[in-house]
Amino acid sequence: MKLTELTIAAARDGLAAGEFTSVELTAANLSAMENTRDLNAFVCETAEKAQDMAAASDVRRARGADLGAMEGIPIAVKDLFCTEGVRATACSHILDGFTPPYESTVTTNLWDAGAVMLGKTNMDEFAMGSSNMSSYDGPVTNPWRAGDDGAKLVPGGSSGGSAAAVAARMAMGATGTDTGGSIRQPGAFCGVVGMKPTYGRCSRWGVIAFASSLDQAGPLTRTVQDAAIMLGAMAGHDPKDSTSVNESVPDFEAALTGDIKGLRVGVPKEYVVDGMPGEIGELWRRGVDWLKDAGAQIVDISLPHTKYALPAYYIIAPAEASSNLARYDGVRYGLRVEGDSLQDMYANTRSEGFGAEVKRRLMIGAYVLSAGYYDAYYLKAQKVRARIAQDFHDAWETVDVVLTPTAPSAAFAQGEKMDDPIAMYLNDVFTVPASLAGLPAISVPAGLSSDGLPLGLQIIGRPFDEETMFRVAGVMEREAAFTAHPMTGEA
Amino acid sequence: MSLDKDTVRRIAMLARIKVPEADLETMAGELNNILGWIEQLDEVDTDGVEPMTSVSDFRPELRADVVNDGGDAERALANAPENANGFFVVPKVID
Amino acid sequence: MSKLLKGRTGDWEIVIGLEIHAQSITKAKLFSGASTAFGAEPNTQVSLVDAAMPGMLPVLNEESVRQAVRSGLALNSKINLHSVFARKNYFYPDLPQGYQISQFESPIVGEGELEIDLADGEVVTVGIERLHLEQDAGKSLHDQHPTKTYIDLNRSGITLMEIVSKPDMRSSEEAVEYATKVRSILRYIDTCDGNMQEGSLRCDANVSVRRPGEALGTRCEIKNLNSFRYLRQAIDHEAVRQVEILEDGGKIAQETRLYDTAKGETRSMRSKEEAHDYRYFPDPDLLPIDLSEEFVARMKATLPELPDARKERFVTAYALSPYDASVLVSERDTADYFETVAAGRDSKLAANWVISDLFGRLNKLTIPVSASPVSAEALGELIDLISDQTISGRIAKDVFSEMFESGEGAKAIVEKKGLRQVTDEGAIRGQVQSVIDDNPDKVADYRGGNDKLVGWFMGQVMKASQGKANPGMVNKLLREMLSA
Ligand SMILES: [Mg+2]
Ligand SMILES: [Zn+2]
Repeated sequence: MKLTELTIAAARDGLAAGEFTSVELTAANLSAMENTRDLNAFVCETAEKAQDMAAASDVRRARGADLGAMEGIPIAVKDLFCTEGVRATACSHILDGFTPPYESTVTTNLWDAGAVMLGKTNMDEFAMGSSNMSSYDGPVTNPWRAGDDGAKLVPGGSSGGSAAAVAARMAMGATGTDTGGSIRQPGAFCGVVGMKPTYGRCSRWGVIAFASSLDQAGPLTRTVQDAAIMLGAMAGHDPKDSTSVNESVPDFEAALTGDIKGLRVGVPKEYVVDGMPGEIGELWRRGVDWLKDAGAQIVDISLPHTKYALPAYYIIAPAEASSNLARYDGVRYGLRVEGDSLQDMYANTRSEGFGAEVKRRLMIGAYVLSAGYYDAYYLKAQKVRARIAQDFHDAWETVDVVLTPTAPSAAFAQGEKMDDPIAMYLNDVFTVPASLAGLPAISVPAGLSSDGLPLGLQIIGRPFDEETMFRVAGVMEREAAFTAHPMTGEA
Repeated sequence: MSLDKDTVRRIAMLARIKVPEADLETMAGELNNILGWIEQLDEVDTDGVEPMTSVSDFRPELRADVVNDGGDAERALANAPENANGFFVVPKVID
Repeated sequence: MSKLLKGRTGDWEIVIGLEIHAQSITKAKLFSGASTAFGAEPNTQVSLVDAAMPGMLPVLNEESVRQAVRSGLALNSKINLHSVFARKNYFYPDLPQGYQISQFESPIVGEGELEIDLADGEVVTVGIERLHLEQDAGKSLHDQHPTKTYIDLNRSGITLMEIVSKPDMRSSEEAVEYATKVRSILRYIDTCDGNMQEGSLRCDANVSVRRPGEALGTRCEIKNLNSFRYLRQAIDHEAVRQVEILEDGGKIAQETRLYDTAKGETRSMRSKEEAHDYRYFPDPDLLPIDLSEEFVARMKATLPELPDARKERFVTAYALSPYDASVLVSERDTADYFETVAAGRDSKLAANWVISDLFGRLNKLTIPVSASPVSAEALGELIDLISDQTISGRIAKDVFSEMFESGEGAKAIVEKKGLRQVTDEGAIRGQVQSVIDDNPDKVADYRGGNDKLVGWFMGQVMKASQGKANPGMVNKLLREMLSA
């Protein structure tokens, strides 16, 4: 078996058994990256750093030093994470050449756990998008194709590069960030596991902000077990982030008992949208059956405000973003486009530096917060957000997890939906509610569309109960037995 | 509520983004489309609902009043597009 | 004294509200661990948070919260147990985040009241609207380069307490008295050093005028007044400007203005005006502050005796005039100094020495009482020498001068210079006699009815005794012997 095909868990065992070294494992991934550059999943390859980190890990192992949970495992990092001495631009022109003199808490945690950095992955500009088409570094191509001569497909977004890198066996895992579905939706589109933890579980320090009340880091991996391992390494209390919760990190891997007997799985009737392919509904029903067969109790529930989550999100996220992105002004770092005056310099810099989608959201954000519109839009959206959170709160009275589809479609062609923002936004219709409520949620590849494209199912958990969510996801993964491979076409 | 060209001009100013005069109409159309779709929120009864600012219900520990950061002007200025004598430099501000 | 402004067409009332920005005394900034020390090299006290680097997050300084609560309590204001940080969005190069973290709808301190004493004895109550926490901006230097502005972020992120009054003041005098009182209270409780030259305390004045009894007029905000003198001048000038416009049939435009100290006039700050729509919203990076009653009680217990209470005590315990008492309590150091001097001594004598002699000297040299070359103990020793008649009051003045210049103790100076008062009646009698003998014509004059000459004789005898003769005894013997 090729080293790049290993899961993190298997690689961990192989490294421990001395079957191969981290240097070898890393070299295999680096060469996969080289061979798959046409996907444009990476915007920056840090081969030398990777080799050094792998060698250092091998030395630690040889010494029998304390080994971390990700010891020697090569991973990719979304370009939204600040990485010391390595570019961090959020794939935006406005952060041209920005090299942070600091390292995000999440990546620090990963390096402390022994992980090896392969490079930075492509993403939608400032994490705003569901297709990776808005990246200043160009689109990412999904390693999956619909048929032999199918069009190039999007990997989903915004963590599109990370999902594609993991799916295409360039990295054993990758960090993503999820604001409204940006880990789960690309996970589903690329046939990998994408997991967003409870808001507050991972530190946001050093992660370039999009919408502060929603942003959460999480892993993209090829298995649920790998997601549990990697999240364990990423998570933890950080006094530098006031919204980081001071709770110890459970052993997520240990939660994967395979036993969900008696667990109550909620199936919300509202997770259906117009024009959704029938096969997605079918897959969802299959998922229900798998869990029922495994001993779970299925409960029909209602989350009545579901359809309002997306419009509420498209007020709250742009509002926060319009403020978070005000710091990109050409004064202290990044791009500056000179002008006749200071005001001119600001406007030139920001007009050239931001892409169309970012500008659109900054305009909406400024509008919904502006005098006279705040109450009608922003405050209303916050109240609707409270309603949505309450829906889930009520549901937890009768269920332990909620099962839904991850996205209303499979991956679509590059360039599609580009002139229809709302159609693009609808990609996140099933992922946004858990984001607004701050809940942990995971997308597990569960089947293929009639075109042979991966489809995901989403499991949403109670706040800070990733363990139950993981346990159900593990069972689902086992039952779905998704083994399709984007590169070899083997199922 | 419908956005007109003047409003687009005003919010572009607030956001410090240049929208060419010729594009104002198109931009207004696009934004109106999105806002029109957003306005389905009006259907939701939110009487008596507290607006939700954060999902976090805990209160963080505060920072002790200790100086443990700063002290490195070079680091602060390292990525600056323009700097001189330890200052960030911008086009002259006229008050 | 009427506070009304006389216009061509009648009287106008000035309405003033103040916003005082007081820099809180903390070692580190409001949301970062960078130093707040004054006068450092540019950008040396800038953390990644203060420079708003991508991905940086604010973490609240607990001392800033304590200081705000203590200040609120000392300003007789309501502490809000629940308060929220909000972002105030605007672009300015010395505002790195593109927003100022401040408090908007839910400030940490709510309404309160302060009483201020005016020179003519009138007491005016000024309402406090709120006190909120916010970040200071950096500093823009416009004079370093012909076409560039230089930015120093050392001040960026320092804790400010913005204290907003109600529009309750009716003259620049009231405004200055109010600001002085706020400054005095904050200095008492050590939450702000009140150093206006260093910008630790800045005032924005909202000024409008109206016909007495009418509704409020349109106001202008005069920003960043960094001395009480400028505060007074700016308000007076602005009121006259507004009255002139209104009397000419014009309208006041609500705007932000700047006081030009060189020209002595206010002018419009148009650049800050354009479309200021701050788009306040709760800062999602920070969770609300929730305080317990118990915490507030603990903060209350840390407060020292405040100026009002201390003044009252000085009037009753030391039998001082309200005026003397208010002078002494205006600064905590001064009041402490006085109390040390007055302990076990004649309190009125002590007050006189502290107010006239000590303050006179210190003010001339602009030395704070804390740096006085004459310590409270040393001044006490001097007063003791007067009280036990070792020296006269007149000699004491010279001794005090000497103490002030050399830093030596009163007793040492008296001994060294042999300044002990002579109370030996025989010796004084001899000196009186020789002055009488030497000036027969003056004696005749006196005896002819020129009573005033006794002062001249007094001077002669004191001179002969090198000032050491007990003046009371000289006076008594002169009258007796001249009349003999
Ligand atoms: Mg103000
Ligand atoms: Zn302020």
